[in-house]
Amino acid sequence: MFVNFFFELRQAKLPVSIKEYLSLMDAMDKGVAEYSVDDFYYLSRAALVKDERNLDKFDRVFGHVFKGLEALPAEGITAEIPEEWLRKLAEKLLTEEEKKQIEAMGGWEKLMETLKKRLEEQQKRHQGGSKWIGTAGTSPFGAYGFNPEGVRIGQDKNREGRAVKVWDKREYKNLDDTVEIGTRNIKIALRRLRKFAREGAEVELDMPDTIRSTARNAGYLDIKMVPERRNKVKLLLLFDIGGSMDAHIRVCEELFSAARTEFKHLEFFYFHNCLYEKLWKDNRRRHVDTFSTAQLLHTYPPDYKIIFVGDASMSPYEIAYPGGSVEHWNEEAGQVWIQRMADTYRSMVWLNPVPERHWSYTPSIQLLQQLSSNRMFPLTLGGLDSAMKELSK
Amino acid sequence: MKFTGTDSYVASDDLRVAVNASIALQRPLLIKGEPGTGKTVLAHEVAKALNAPIIEWHIKSTTKAQQGLYEYDAVSRLRDSQLGDERVKDISNYIKRGKLWEAFTSKERPILLIDEIDKADIEFPNDLLLELDRMEFYVYETQQVIKADQRPIVMITSNNEKELPDAFLRRCFFHYIRFPDRETMTQIVDVHFPDLQRNLLREALNVFYDIREVPGLKKKPSTSELLDWLKLLMVEDMSPESLRSKDSKQLIPPLHGALLKNEQDVHLFERLAFMARREQRQ
Repeated sequence: MFVNFFFELRQAKLPVSIKEYLSLMDAMDKGVAEYSVDDFYYLSRAALVKDERNLDKFDRVFGHVFKGLEALPAEGITAEIPEEWLRKLAEKLLTEEEKKQIEAMGGWEKLMETLKKRLEEQQKRHQGGSKWIGTAGTSPFGAYGFNPEGVRIGQDKNREGRAVKVWDKREYKNLDDTVEIGTRNIKIALRRLRKFAREGAEVELDMPDTIRSTARNAGYLDIKMVPERRNKVKLLLLFDIGGSMDAHIRVCEELFSAARTEFKHLEFFYFHNCLYEKLWKDNRRRHVDTFSTAQLLHTYPPDYKIIFVGDASMSPYEIAYPGGSVEHWNEEAGQVWIQRMADTYRSMVWLNPVPERHWSYTPSIQLLQQLSSNRMFPLTLGGLDSAMKELSK
Repeated sequence: MKFTGTDSYVASDDLRVAVNASIALQRPLLIKGEPGTGKTVLAHEVAKALNAPIIEWHIKSTTKAQQGLYEYDAVSRLRDSQLGDERVKDISNYIKRGKLWEAFTSKERPILLIDEIDKADIEFPNDLLLELDRMEFYVYETQQVIKADQRPIVMITSNNEKELPDAFLRRCFFHYIRFPDRETMTQIVDVHFPDLQRNLLREALNVFYDIREVPGLKKKPSTSELLDWLKLLMVEDMSPESLRSKDSKQLIPPLHGALLKNEQDVHLFERLAFMARREQRQ
C-alpha cells in the first residue's frame, strides 16, 4: 500500500526519492506515528514533502490513495474495542449497587449489545460529525458514569474523521506553483529573481590596503579583506504592450518594477505584439521617441539576459511576413528580428501570461515557442522558476 | 525523548509529529513559515522541553560552511611567529572551533539551531551535506577526525529567500508552519497572557484578523506582532470598547505601530478605514 502511495506521489510529479521513502519507513518502525492515521499523515508529509508548494499536491494524492482508509478502523472500533474497554472500565469503576442495576437491565451482554447498537445508530445519523459522543449524556448509559476514558473511544474515532478532513481541506492550495501569479504571489516570485541576482558571498584580499596597513603596522601583518562585487547580472526586459496584453500588463509591471531595485543593470523596452525594427521606452511617446532594435543589438553586449514578456497571441502573419505588423509597414518580418536577438544573446526567455494549457490552440504562440527554441514559460511561480533556471545556466 | 509542546509554546499536532520524527531518526528538521510564526522559538522550546543545551548558529550572507566546523587563524599564527611566541609551534592553538564542532563534542545531546539558512550563499547547504549526514568532519591542519558522540538534534529555519538544494532537502524532515487559525491563536495568547480579559482578547483578535485580510499589505502582522500589541494594550490598559468603536475619531486601531510596520501599510489601512466609514454613513 505504501509503495503504491510512493509511486502515486511520483506520478503526481512530487520529487520524492527512495531515501525519503526509506526514512518514512524507518520512522514508522521507530513508532513515531503510533497507529494513528492523523499522525501517519503528518509524518509522511514531514518526510516526503520538502517544499510548501507541493503540500497541496501531496494532500490530493494522500486523499486519493488512502480513500476509504478512515472507514476501516471506525468499523473495527464499534465492533470490538468498546465491548472490551467498556466492560473493563465498568467493572473497575462501577459500584456493586450500580452493577446490580445493570443486571436488572438485562445483564452485561444485553447492555453491551444496546450500547453497540446505539453507537452504530448515532454514527449513521451524524456520519463523521464530532458531537455524537456529547449526546451520550442523554443516553441511558450516561447514568452509569462511563467516565472520560470510555468517551475517548468516541474521540479517537472522531479524530480519524478529522484526519481525513485535514488533507481534504487542502489548506495549502494557494501555495501551489501552478496558480497564476496574483499580487500576493509576486513577492515570492521576486525572490526567485533575487536568487540569481546575488550569487556568491566571497570576500577577497584587498592587496593595496593590506600592504598599506602592514607598513603602517611596522611590518606586522595586517590583512584587509573586501567583499566581492555582486549583482553582476544584466537584464534586458522587453514588454509587449497594448491590445490583448492590457489584461496582463499590470501584473507584469508590478513584477518587474520591484525587480529594478535588485539589479544594477536593468533596462526595459516596449514593443507591440511582435518585435520589429523599433522599440520604445515611453508609451505616450511611442511614435516619436523610438529606439532602433538594431541599435539595441549593438548597445547591449551579449552577456545581457533577455526576458520577453508577452502573450504572443496574434495572427501568424504578424510574425512570419514582411508588412505583417498591424501598426505600420515593416520591411523585415518579426521572426527575422527575433532570430537576430536569439543569435546575439545566449540567455533569452519568453514569459507568457496566457495559461500554458491554452498554448497549443494559438498558432502564433507555437511559432514563437519555436523561435525562442522552447524557452517560453508561463507567467506563474513555477514557470518563472524554470525561466530563471534557464537564464542562470 | 518526546516533544509534546511546552507551557509557553503551543505546538500543533503536525508540528509535534515532525519534531518527534526528527528526534527519533536523528535527522535535521527544516522549518519554514511566515516571519513571526515562531520558527526560531521552536528550537528554544524543544531544548527546554527535552532539557537539552541549545547551540545557536545564526547565518548571515557572509557565513560559510567551514566557519561552522572550524577556522584556522593563519594571520595570528604568522603574527605570533614574528613575535617569537612559543604557542606558534602547535598548530592546534590556532584552530578555532565552530558551532558544529561544539555541538558534536557536547557532553549532553544538544539542540543545534541553524537559523535562517537561506541567508547564506547558495552553496552553503551543499557544503554541509556530509557533515550533517554522518555528523563528522576532518580537520586537515591537525589531521584529526571530529565525530559526534551523540548526534545532536538539528533544527534549521528558512525564510524562503533562496531555494535549498534537493540533496540537502532529502536528508531533512520538513515542516511548514501555517499561520494559526483563531482557535489556535487564542490558545497561543492564553499561554502568553493568562490573565488577559476575554472580551479584550476577542476584540483584539477581530481587529488583528481584519488587518491580516486587508489586501495589498506589504507586511502582514504575524503572531509575534500580535503578542507585542496585546502586551501594549495591557500596559496601556485599553478597554475592549475602544477597540470596537468603529465610528470614533480613530480610524485605525490604537497602538497600531506594533502591528503595521511600514508607513505605506498605515496609509493603505487609513484609506480603507476611511472608505468603510463613509459607506457606513450613506
